[in-house]
Amino acid sequence: MLAKRIIAALDIAGGRVVKGVNFQNIQDSGDPVDLAKRYVSEGMDEIVFLDIMATADRRKILSDLVKRVASEISIPFTVGGGLSDLDDMVSIIRNGADKIFINTYAVKHPEVIGKISDRIGSANTVIAIDAMYSNGKYRVCINGGSIDTGMDAIEWGKTVASLGAGELLVTSINTDGTMSGFDINLIRDMVENVDIPVIASGGAGGPGDFLGAFNAGADGALAASIFHRGIYSAVDIKKYLREHGINVRL
Amino acid sequence: MIAIIDTGTANLSTIERVTGGKITSNQYDIERAEKIIFPGVGSFTYVLETINPVRDTLIDRIRSGIPYLGICLGLEILFDSSEEGPGKGFGIIPGRVRKFSGVKTTHMGWNQVRNIIDLPIMQGIPDNSFFYFMHSYYVPDTGYRAMETDYMGYFTSGIAYENIYGIQFHPEKSGDTGIRLLKNFGVLS
Repeated sequence: MLAKRIIAALDIAGGRVVKGVNFQNIQDSGDPVDLAKRYVSEGMDEIVFLDIMATADRRKILSDLVKRVASEISIPFTVGGGLSDLDDMVSIIRNGADKIFINTYAVKHPEVIGKISDRIGSANTVIAIDAMYSNGKYRVCINGGSIDTGMDAIEWGKTVASLGAGELLVTSINTDGTMSGFDINLIRDMVENVDIPVIASGGAGGPGDFLGAFNAGADGALAASIFHRGIYSAVDIKKYLREHGINVRL
Repeated sequence: MIAIIDTGTANLSTIERVTGGKITSNQYDIERAEKIIFPGVGSFTYVLETINPVRDTLIDRIRSGIPYLGICLGLEILFDSSEEGPGKGFGIIPGRVRKFSGVKTTHMGWNQVRNIIDLPIMQGIPDNSFFYFMHSYYVPDTGYRAMETDYMGYFTSGIAYENIYGIQFHPEKSGDTGIRLLKNFGVLS
């Protein structure tokens, strides 16, 4: 049976892992490859690299990073953050990433989703959706969550799935950073409306939160700070999940 | 020499490192290869178009009996055709590659592989080990099923036919377990 996935996210700027709140006070907190290796040794199923800062030499820095990660770890990883050029996406896959994700660019140019998935494979094409609950619905936000498009997030999920997306990375802006649990209603709504895998993101504080996301139907659940700060390892979370009847790779 | 067939999309560095093979799409290399690894990523149609210049050489070499390891699309192209799109498969194994239905169409993540036949490439790997899968299509069971995986019912996750091995999962992404499989293939004779 397919195992539920525990996924670690790493924020990257200039090829380094960074920590910061809302893009403020960003601090260097290490080498992404070292951290990724630690995660692999702790039983992580997958790693997502989010490049948060567009800099002039970013293309080269990112491609060097992807190559290094690919040569050092042998579990799947996804790369995204500001991608808008099909050749860049192909080159990221070519250099060793398994999947790319796009967010704002997909909203602005939905017609590219089909082109990307034709070129690199649907399963390798992840659409990230940042959703914010307000006025009775989940709304799609772009530009790092700063612009509310007013679009219905669930409808958008259905649309991108029909256009060729292979997976959705769904972040709740309401719960992100709170460590008080994933946005269960958002996850459940999305899972019930699309037939592609859904990764829950935003709000993980402990093992019970992962259980909640999986019980709501998520295929994977993603966290950053609890892993980064060493509060829990993937194995800690998985042991708890197994005790509660969730199929995990242990 | 192990020829690792380059389709222009997949990352092959792990496979290259573990097996000591050579990444190539060159006819000269393929003609002289002692083993072939075909790690396909992309679509059925795209991969077939990409390797079209060396298609006949590849088929000849595979049929000649040298060890072949097809990964994901490298498994699927051994069949006649695919529901994914146009393109004539190698036709070495009969049947048409099908799309999953009634389940999430991308079977993505870690799943267990049950061995039906003890294969040399699985030596030292416990039965029901987890491997990483990422695919929307699966190959039909036309008599060469060597491994199976439960995704709302069992499908063929590996085939074996003489020296031809095809696996639907990605050993290069399956941690230490996958590396063991690649090493096993590397030392096959």
